[in-house]
Amino acid sequence: MMIATLALAPFVLIPFAARMGKDSRWAAILAIFPAILTLCFCITMGEVLEAGPITVNLPWAPSLGLMLSFYADGLSLLFAILIAGIGSLVVLFASQDLKGDPRSGQFQATLFAFMGSMLGVVLADNLFALFVFWELTGFTSFLLIGYYNNRAEARASAIQAFIVTGTGGMALLAAAALLEIGAGSHSFSELLSGNADIRSASAYPWIALLVLLAAFTKSAQTPFHFWLPNAMTAPTPVSAYLHSATMVKAGLYLVARSTAILGGTDLWTGTIVTAGTVTMAVGAWRALAETDLKKVLAFTTVSALGLIMMLLGFGTDTAVTAALVFLVAHACYKGALFLIAGTLEHEAGSRDIRELGGLRHAMPLTALGGLLAALSMAGLPFFTGFIGKELAYDALLGQAPPGPALLPLTVGASMLLGAAALVAGVAPFIGRMGKAAPTRPVPLALSLPPIVLAVAGAAVGVYPSLLDGPVSLMAANVTGKTVPVHLALWHGFTPVLLLSVLTLAGAASLYAFREAIRRRIWPRTFGFERLYTGGLGALDKVSAWSVPAMQDGSLRSYVLILILAATSLIAGVIAWAGLPPMPPMTEIRPAEAAVAIMIIAGAISAARARATMTAVLSLGVTGYGVALTFLFFGAPDLAMTQFSVETLTVIIFTLVFYHFRRFRSHSNRMTRLRDLSVSILFGGSLATVLFFVGAAHTPFGLGSYFAGNSAALAHGRNIVNVILVDFRALDTLGEITVLATAALGVRALLRMSKRDEKKP
Amino acid sequence: MELILAITSGALYAAGFYLMLRRRLAQLIVGLGLLSNGTNLLIFTAGSLTRAKAPIIPEGQTAMTGPFADPVPQALVLTAIVIGFGVLAFALVLAHRVHAMTGSDDIDEMSKVSG
Amino acid sequence: MTSLILRTATRVLMPLLLLYGLFLLLRGHNAPGGGFAGGLVVAAAYSLNAFAFGIPAARRALLVDPTRLIGTGLLLALLSGALPVLFGKAFLTALWPAPALGLGSPLIFDVGVFCVVIGVVLTMTFTLGEE
Repeated sequence: MMIATLALAPFVLIPFAARMGKDSRWAAILAIFPAILTLCFCITMGEVLEAGPITVNLPWAPSLGLMLSFYADGLSLLFAILIAGIGSLVVLFASQDLKGDPRSGQFQATLFAFMGSMLGVVLADNLFALFVFWELTGFTSFLLIGYYNNRAEARASAIQAFIVTGTGGMALLAAAALLEIGAGSHSFSELLSGNADIRSASAYPWIALLVLLAAFTKSAQTPFHFWLPNAMTAPTPVSAYLHSATMVKAGLYLVARSTAILGGTDLWTGTIVTAGTVTMAVGAWRALAETDLKKVLAFTTVSALGLIMMLLGFGTDTAVTAALVFLVAHACYKGALFLIAGTLEHEAGSRDIRELGGLRHAMPLTALGGLLAALSMAGLPFFTGFIGKELAYDALLGQAPPGPALLPLTVGASMLLGAAALVAGVAPFIGRMGKAAPTRPVPLALSLPPIVLAVAGAAVGVYPSLLDGPVSLMAANVTGKTVPVHLALWHGFTPVLLLSVLTLAGAASLYAFREAIRRRIWPRTFGFERLYTGGLGALDKVSAWSVPAMQDGSLRSYVLILILAATSLIAGVIAWAGLPPMPPMTEIRPAEAAVAIMIIAGAISAARARATMTAVLSLGVTGYGVALTFLFFGAPDLAMTQFSVETLTVIIFTLVFYHFRRFRSHSNRMTRLRDLSVSILFGGSLATVLFFVGAAHTPFGLGSYFAGNSAALAHGRNIVNVILVDFRALDTLGEITVLATAALGVRALLRMSKRDEKKP
Repeated sequence: MELILAITSGALYAAGFYLMLRRRLAQLIVGLGLLSNGTNLLIFTAGSLTRAKAPIIPEGQTAMTGPFADPVPQALVLTAIVIGFGVLAFALVLAHRVHAMTGSDDIDEMSKVSG
Repeated sequence: MTSLILRTATRVLMPLLLLYGLFLLLRGHNAPGGGFAGGLVVAAAYSLNAFAFGIPAARRALLVDPTRLIGTGLLLALLSGALPVLFGKAFLTALWPAPALGLGSPLIFDVGVFCVVIGVVLTMTFTLGEE
């Protein structure tokens, strides 16, 4: 129960956030709530370490077997702690960053809504609940990216992120449905403990690929990565929180969570490792080409996500351990660097790396935070980033092919990332003063959060065995078997250490030549975004062509399209499945047949009529015929009603059509012939269907219930009337409301005409 | 008999749609009326035809004995008849208004006037 | 439109039709009839009256404005649904204080339907006729 409360707490806080967020001092106090949540999750983590995972079931749609279940094991709690902890710092930072913004209350409320959705994603026990929260993160992310909604650029990126990640969300829903069908369960706890082997099911490739599509879009894997750098139009707290520390890691979480259920196959490993490797390379390559600080950081985030994805793809003990440690390290240093970029923009007025420099005296705490974070990111010893990187190299060395072969690429990417780290975290504070300069000391609410994150990242690096227990637990949650973990700073003189030194040296030299690289790097883009814009453009073209073609505003084309489509559907089904055998028929009686012929004659006469009154009277003939048919087949109520209605219809038609002229034929012979054949075709196919359905004499279940209970329960012997006024009275209530509306509509229309006549 | 009623319903639909494909406003409304009748007949026929008793429990008894007509499609059709009337009347008055305003009952000419 | 035959016939038919409509409404629970059919018959009677004597006369004969009849009918139907709520039952649950006499909340509901149908049809015919 505790877990459910914790997961849903941010939603409860939304109204408070909306009110308190308006004033920067109160907004800073808001940060306490996620901090308390973080503490609670840490305590829960302690419990889970001792007593195993926790499951909570709340009824959601019990009639569908759907529960809102929460599941907390080491893996989900790690994410929960990151979400709540970094959330607290981001809320504090935003309180100052958005000070004076009239919509800051709305911003904080959205931030809390996101926090709740994200906690829901990592704590949900079943795929349907996960899907709902997953979409909620996409939706809140849309609102946050497009926060500056007066900027066209922000709106465009918000829509782009929403479309790309939303596509993944749809894939996730499809995967959940397939999993439910294929494995009989959509609950993680059941699937994790179950013996059913989904990997051999025929739907497995689809499930795996759909889950991966969801994960790749959310975690900005190539070719879907382009939305992430574009999302940098969001306010910086959002970039730090959603687009580096938490939401983009939801895809990683999904892959980690599914590994024990879906992983281990060639399809799974191959797809993830390929996507991860390409993403790592593309992101690292493009990071140094940018001049916008946030874009630099965004591309390094893409690269890091790729690296973690690749490691998760291998799925071995060492690779998973490396992925998890790298993930924690990345959340800390990248969150810090984003916040620092935000501080620079807010205080110094620029985030262009060419305009920033020499700010160490003006903002010493921020500079310290930047240094610590950058060094962790570059992978200097005594920092968490170092441990993560060493583990990654070590894991790759120990993999089956193509693991070791990917090592040079990984080292190269790490060098580029190291250089980018120095560009983002160190360069703005050293050297000559740039154009941008702050006008006041940095407020504590801006300088504190990044330094807390940076120090947290560094502290673990100094005493890594602190993480042994939790990481071992989480790795076991991913792989499904126990994973011994011994994190250490010093492994002796190993090839890995050599690689680390090489990386640092490479990063330093790349940093030294950063100006030249930025100018000369080629290719500058890889054109993946063009796939998206091109696809959307093609869609626009199809719509531009198809909408006017199908919806030309003429009723007759609509009717024509409608009946042609219906006819071809019916004909298609009959052609595909064939007709059922002739059903038995009720005998034909001459009187009834004569009435039927009368109806048909009426219909033909109405269609051929030149004079208005002829058409109306023919319509009346068909109506009386239908009424007689009702009478023949045991429906006196219907017959009575139909007789009265038909009479009234003729009266009303007469009243109105008094003014109408004779019909002149407006269409030529060919058109009439076409319309006639289409209509007859449709009537014919409808008659065919009706014949086989109506003559099938399906036994009626509902009817016998009403028949059995009408007298006893409802004290009425006319079952039709009892259905109308008692059993289904609510429907009747709706129907008389429709009638009343129609009458009022008629009255209003005619009143309007009177008014029009008065003022010529 | 089912075959005959199916054909009858189909004929009502064919004539109704043929009229809806004409350019005359009045023909359109008459077509709508034919469709309404055709639909009522269709639902009624699809709900199994029987010449047996109407679904009315005889006096002094508490339940139907022997075969009887299904009351459910009848309840459906009964309200459909009345609603169909309401909608038809509304459409009729609407057509009448349009006719009065544009002075024409040719649908194509009207769209020229308004567009 | 005002032929002598029509007027004379209407004078005779009017009360009969009204009685028949009321009769259909009241017996509808146990035999063919009910609010829809009864309402239509009464509405037809007044339409006939309008043809014979003109709409102002028919309006006078009806005593109330047909539009008001629609509202009354809807309110009656809603009331019959709301009554059981007062007794802690679900909306539109039937209440039968005297089933032997055929008195119960479904009857109120059916009277509501009856009124709505009369109101709807007459609102349409009267306003159209006044054009």
